[in-house]
Amino acid sequence: MSNILAFAESRGGELRRAGLEAVAAARVIADAKGGQVHAMIFGAAGIGKHAAVLGAHGADVVIVVEHEGFTHNNPEAVSGSIAAKMRSGDFGGFTCAASATGKDIAPRVAAKLGVPLASDATAFTVTASGITATHPGYTGKVLQTVTLTAIPAVVSVRPGAFLPKENAKAGSVESMAPAVDPSASRVKITETATGNTAKLDLGEAPVIISGGRGLKEAANFKLVEDLAAAFGNAAVGATRAVTDDGWRPHSDQIGQTGRLVSPDLYVACGISGAIQHLAGMRTSKTIVAINKDKDAPIFKLADYGIVGDVLAILPVLTEAVKKAKA
Amino acid sequence: MKIAVCLKRVPDMDVRFKIAPSGKAVDETGLKFDISDFDGYAVEAALQIKEKLNAGEVVVISLGGDVVQETLRKAMSMGADRAVQLKHDGAPVDSFAVASALAAELKDGGYDLIMFGRMSIDTAHGAVGAIAAELLGLPCVTAISKLEFDGGQAKMRRELEGAYELVECALPAVVTIDEGIARPRYPSLKGIMAAKKKPLESKPAQLPAERLALDAMALPPERSAGRIIGEGPDAVPELVRLLKEEAKVL
Repeated sequence: MSNILAFAESRGGELRRAGLEAVAAARVIADAKGGQVHAMIFGAAGIGKHAAVLGAHGADVVIVVEHEGFTHNNPEAVSGSIAAKMRSGDFGGFTCAASATGKDIAPRVAAKLGVPLASDATAFTVTASGITATHPGYTGKVLQTVTLTAIPAVVSVRPGAFLPKENAKAGSVESMAPAVDPSASRVKITETATGNTAKLDLGEAPVIISGGRGLKEAANFKLVEDLAAAFGNAAVGATRAVTDDGWRPHSDQIGQTGRLVSPDLYVACGISGAIQHLAGMRTSKTIVAINKDKDAPIFKLADYGIVGDVLAILPVLTEAVKKAKA
Repeated sequence: MKIAVCLKRVPDMDVRFKIAPSGKAVDETGLKFDISDFDGYAVEAALQIKEKLNAGEVVVISLGGDVVQETLRKAMSMGADRAVQLKHDGAPVDSFAVASALAAELKDGGYDLIMFGRMSIDTAHGAVGAIAAELLGLPCVTAISKLEFDGGQAKMRRELEGAYELVECALPAVVTIDEGIARPRYPSLKGIMAAKKKPLESKPAQLPAERLALDAMALPPERSAGRIIGEGPDAVPELVRLLKEEAKVL
């Protein structure tokens, strides 16, 4: 029971960084147990082309499940096939990212196997008795440590917590037919649409530029997008006030009831720092805040703060970042 | 339509938490409690469905000690018709155990739609709804921000990172609710009075053995105090220098 199965998440035929992070987390458990990492990828014909990348990031075996019914995510057939694979082999655990898709798949897999799961772990250790995982709760204000004694262990890991590592294992590739007929799923995803124009999304970007009410109107988000473009590896986020007003789509919202992110760099533009917002970004590695009110709560958290008019500062910062990147 | 909404009592998050002497819980002294955020959205969404159809029943269910009766009354003061308390000393951290107890109650309830918040705002595992659906053998769509009906078919939207999915499934089904679906109403005085007379059934929770144990709760390390490096556009060069040389993110 020393092998670990990882969910190699994809969307629209592309492998997601979340998939490589699941492999990285699986690698930690497999290495502690002296086992192998098997990565399972689902998609329409052609998805198998990502097997090499998965192998290069630590998967000993890549299991490719190609079927037209996986053109969109298909939670019932994906979780059913994962559970069947887990039952058929020598698997002691399953990992996936705690992304929107992973958080949907993990509990289904756990329930099919009749085990609990450790959700959204930011770190874990493997011991003889099980897996001890750290999981931020209470909007990030309390760290919970849980021990999972059930076998197999099902663990989802917070995006950004387990970094993909080049770890060439020259993974072998197997193909597998879906264990559950994808066309028989009761839940059907009819469309997967991109919510905004940004190339990078909040789940993957190492840099996030976020805007709040201090931008004064929706059109001024252009300044935030310009700064994101100058970085080149940045996604655009927003506060709840702004998504509630319809300036940005709900999927851009960072906070207690939105996305929880921990990028390398978080730039808060015209954001005062309501508890609701801080809950979603307080674990960012470096935080920059630009706000006109020097007493705004965001400055208590920011590594680097600039007091002033965000509309005047952003264009100057964008130019300076462009120059630094050139 | 007969709708069940499962909800959890959680502390108000707008405080600085302290850890209880046991090291395994937050100190509840002085904390205010309410319906968990996403569960509140679920209650509101359920009530709106009932009001639109002008028929049906909304049943709210919560697992926990007698303190959850107050939470259930709050949901009934918003408009839910009746409530069930699955009595247990506190709420277990093991999602599988909680889902099993809820599924046992939901199984023969004849519900067309079973709703959960997409996660509780305190322990934040986000797993109970989907596990309960599996145990009940019902289709499940998680973290939905829109819900409409077309005949017996539910049409939904799920938010992903930077994208969304349009999803369909037939009823009966389990859904878990994300933000954006509905803002919970405030109970009216009339609603609060009416809730006192609505039925609240209390019965023991059927919990299996837990296989996920909470070892400890702790406060995260404090971030070093914030630093203001300057004012206005003139501070930009210093910021860029620090991002490059100190934070090494540029």
